[in-house]
Amino acid sequence: MTGSMRIGVVTFPGSLDDRDAARAVAIAGGEPVTLWHGQDDLHGVQAVVLPGGFSYGDYLRCGAISRFAPIMRSVVDHARHGLPVLGICNGFQILCESHLLPGALTRNASRHFVCRDQRLLIEDTTAAWTCAYQPGQQITVPLKNGEGCYVADDRTLDELEGSGRVIARYLQVNPNGSRRDIAGIRNERGNVVGLMPHPEHAVESLTGPGTDGLGFFTSVLQSLMDEARR
Amino acid sequence: MSPDRGAADGAVTDTVARAEREPDALQPYAELGLKPDEYQRIRDILGRRPTSAELAMYSVMWSEHCSYKSSKVHLRQFGEKCPPSPALMVGIGENAGVVDIGDGWAVTFKIESHNHPSYVEPYQGAATGVGGIVRDIMSMGARPIAVVDALRFGPLDAPDTRRVLPGVVAGIGGYGNCLGLPNIGGEVAFDPSYLGNPLVNALCVGSMRHQDIHRASASGVGNLVVLYGARTGGDGIGGVSVLASESFTEGGPVKRPSVQVGDPFMEKLLIEATLAVLQAGLVEGIQDLGGAGISCATSELASNGEGGMHVWLDRVPLRDPSLAPEEILMSESQERMCAIVRPANLPAFLDHCARWDVEATVIGEVNDSGRLTVDWHGMRIVDVPPRSVAHDGPVYQRPYQRPPWQDDLQADVADRLPRPATGEQLRSTLLDLVGSANLASTEWVTNQYDRYVQGNTVLARPQVAGMVRVDEGTGRGVAVSVACNGRFAGLDPYGGAQLALAESYRKVSVTGAAPLAVTNCLNFGSPEDPAIMWQFAEAVRGLADGCLTLGIPVTGGNVSFYNQTSTTAILPTPVVGVLGVIEDVHRRVTCDWGDADALIYLLGTTHDEFGGSQWAHHVHGHLGGLPPRCDLEVEQRLGRVLVCAASADLLIAAHDTCGGGLAQALVQMAVGSGTGARCQVPPGLDPFVYLFSESASRAIVVPRPSTEAVFLDLCQAAGLPTTRIGEVSPNAPVLSFDGLFEVGLDELAQVRQATLPAILDDSPGQQWASR
Repeated sequence: MTGSMRIGVVTFPGSLDDRDAARAVAIAGGEPVTLWHGQDDLHGVQAVVLPGGFSYGDYLRCGAISRFAPIMRSVVDHARHGLPVLGICNGFQILCESHLLPGALTRNASRHFVCRDQRLLIEDTTAAWTCAYQPGQQITVPLKNGEGCYVADDRTLDELEGSGRVIARYLQVNPNGSRRDIAGIRNERGNVVGLMPHPEHAVESLTGPGTDGLGFFTSVLQSLMDEARR
Repeated sequence: MSPDRGAADGAVTDTVARAEREPDALQPYAELGLKPDEYQRIRDILGRRPTSAELAMYSVMWSEHCSYKSSKVHLRQFGEKCPPSPALMVGIGENAGVVDIGDGWAVTFKIESHNHPSYVEPYQGAATGVGGIVRDIMSMGARPIAVVDALRFGPLDAPDTRRVLPGVVAGIGGYGNCLGLPNIGGEVAFDPSYLGNPLVNALCVGSMRHQDIHRASASGVGNLVVLYGARTGGDGIGGVSVLASESFTEGGPVKRPSVQVGDPFMEKLLIEATLAVLQAGLVEGIQDLGGAGISCATSELASNGEGGMHVWLDRVPLRDPSLAPEEILMSESQERMCAIVRPANLPAFLDHCARWDVEATVIGEVNDSGRLTVDWHGMRIVDVPPRSVAHDGPVYQRPYQRPPWQDDLQADVADRLPRPATGEQLRSTLLDLVGSANLASTEWVTNQYDRYVQGNTVLARPQVAGMVRVDEGTGRGVAVSVACNGRFAGLDPYGGAQLALAESYRKVSVTGAAPLAVTNCLNFGSPEDPAIMWQFAEAVRGLADGCLTLGIPVTGGNVSFYNQTSTTAILPTPVVGVLGVIEDVHRRVTCDWGDADALIYLLGTTHDEFGGSQWAHHVHGHLGGLPPRCDLEVEQRLGRVLVCAASADLLIAAHDTCGGGLAQALVQMAVGSGTGARCQVPPGLDPFVYLFSESASRAIVVPRPSTEAVFLDLCQAAGLPTTRIGEVSPNAPVLSFDGLFEVGLDELAQVRQATLPAILDDSPGQQWASR
């Protein structure tokens, strides 16, 4: 059934984890569709992943140039009408720059790039990308970033927490100094999720710390099916 | 440069006609690093004085770095003693060697140094080192799939190490992470001899289908020479002949500003554009631009192809329009490639480049003139036989002689050093070594590298070797390791080089991959010193003999000379990379023994061998005697048993033993697994020797209990000694040695982890989460 679900993965110049995101979609049972930054055509996909990497070299500010890519016009437009969008790492940065999500990602507190297997607490399971998890579930997925420190003003943070929009928090170690240990957030509607760690690298036990990341991809397939039934 | 050099501001251009007209003009050949006889040879080849552009080309291409003029006569042994290998598809001489790994897959790999630039400017030096080796791999037609690196620094607590190391690590990470290349292994070591000459050796692995292998040759008269990638700027001009070929001497001329600056984003685009044009079949020949830039690429392409090429140098897109033609020819601006393209394919080629925002320009044409000619705004500034530039550089028979002090060094054996005897002394020796710079956890370094990108990393640090999946369908993959103990090579260059080969071979075998091919990065002092040249000659001979015995060919590598400050050279450091193949990566063996209720065995024999050991170095500051014996025939049997056992799924875990001996390997397995072990010293053996000797050809294994007998039979059939040394203790987080001492895993982990951060952390580091 889920084989018919077409999930787009955008390639920007400098995207690195696009093939990995596509592999994760396929392992979860969806059909990955390659989307090109320079076209605004979403090719009828039912959800979009903005993958990790260093789009445009991240030379200006992470995600600051990508938000102006033609494909982002369509992504932003459709996201406002409910298209599920997951931004991972650089994708999260692009979502913030696009104002689909509040806050910003800044340089790690350690000032070093960090790559580690990260323990996370899943807090919100109402989003399109988290519904396959249990609230309070603990998972381990790789984290790798140089600018992953999530910041927002206190009012925004209070609002995110008050409305259950923090989807995941760092456990044990806060690897980048993110405020209130925030690893991922969603928009009000729950269709747009930004996540600093990389669930697409935890979909095969052979190549990752486990398969805990698969849930993000099965979640969206599940929520699309639920929607189709409605 | 010569005072009559041409420049874009209208200065006189030194043309071929002018060179004929003014044959006696004085030329600054010596400043460009050419010896009087080399300059005369250029005049003989051309039948006139060279133009300043020609002089620039010859000077960079005949530098030690590009021409291997001091090492060539020795490196020939890698070809002469090359063992018969059905896997070898492209051998030494191309940008990188290629081996067949089965199922129509080919793998290319090579290691290269970027030592001097990394000392001058650690971040950019190391970053562009990664960039350069990645382009070597791309130019064979392969997609880069992994990098590993071998790093050497001065003492960890030396102030300059705190300047150099963080910059090098950030540079490797900053460049490699941005390219999307997993960094899957490598090694970091510290020794006072590297204080003024750190070593940064980067190895890259690439994979391709057999039919996608490409070469650096300009074939087909009328085909176009396309330069694509970054624009050419003033960076790295003369970097090859000046930086890589002269050691740092006090009071000498200051020639250090020419380190290149890397742009990994451009390199990532270059990778994608290159793979696209290769896959579309639009490329007849391809060459990367590294050392010696356009000079090197055009002369090598022409020399390997139809033999002739014409270049319109003024068409080269410039970052700095004031560059003189000589500077354009010598520039080492990064992220550039050169392709030979049929005219009919040019529009498609340009389309692919445009899609990836990569600038591409036709700068020349292949012909059969037998000459490489270069024009600058209609003026002929170069007219040379390309082979004379690219391949017919000078070859030196440098004198070499075993230095008189070598005997004294070898006579100063480690046997006289006081040894720990009691359990308490052994325990504190173990903790002391576990926390020593050369044996402590390198997580501070490796956690700055992305090991996950591409989603095919099966093993990475702290595993014994790196492993990546090549074919997602079949699970076919490759493992790679680099190793060298420069202290062993200092005591005995021949044996030390073989020990480096043996260690790398063993590390690959331990994971279950069958060793297939070798690459090496030979880091030495000045070849003009007969003692250093002797070290080099011996190390090459040792490696060539070793590869013949093990049956794995050397497919390529790199020589880095002049690693010395004044008269003090680095330890001879022949870093050896071994690549192995595994049919199904699901069968790989990790060093994690889990929480199995299983027995631990030592394969191989332990001798009393402490010359060059970490114990002698760290505890006594001693370097003397002979390194451990190296019997490659035993090493081969050990390797075959390990590979065979892995493919039959007989092992839970395995680890090689090298620096720090058996004890260090057990610590790494226990701490890595989070599970302790209870061990015994076999009766009749000296506990100190048993725990800390660095005898070669040994490994620790944990066989699956259900098939343990099968495994032991396999060892017996191979004539491999096995000793039961203990058992995994699932319920006790303690490493114990009966009757001697025990130490908790928490303490071991803490000691292992603390060393590098204590010295290198310049900021708060990681914070604790609130939960």
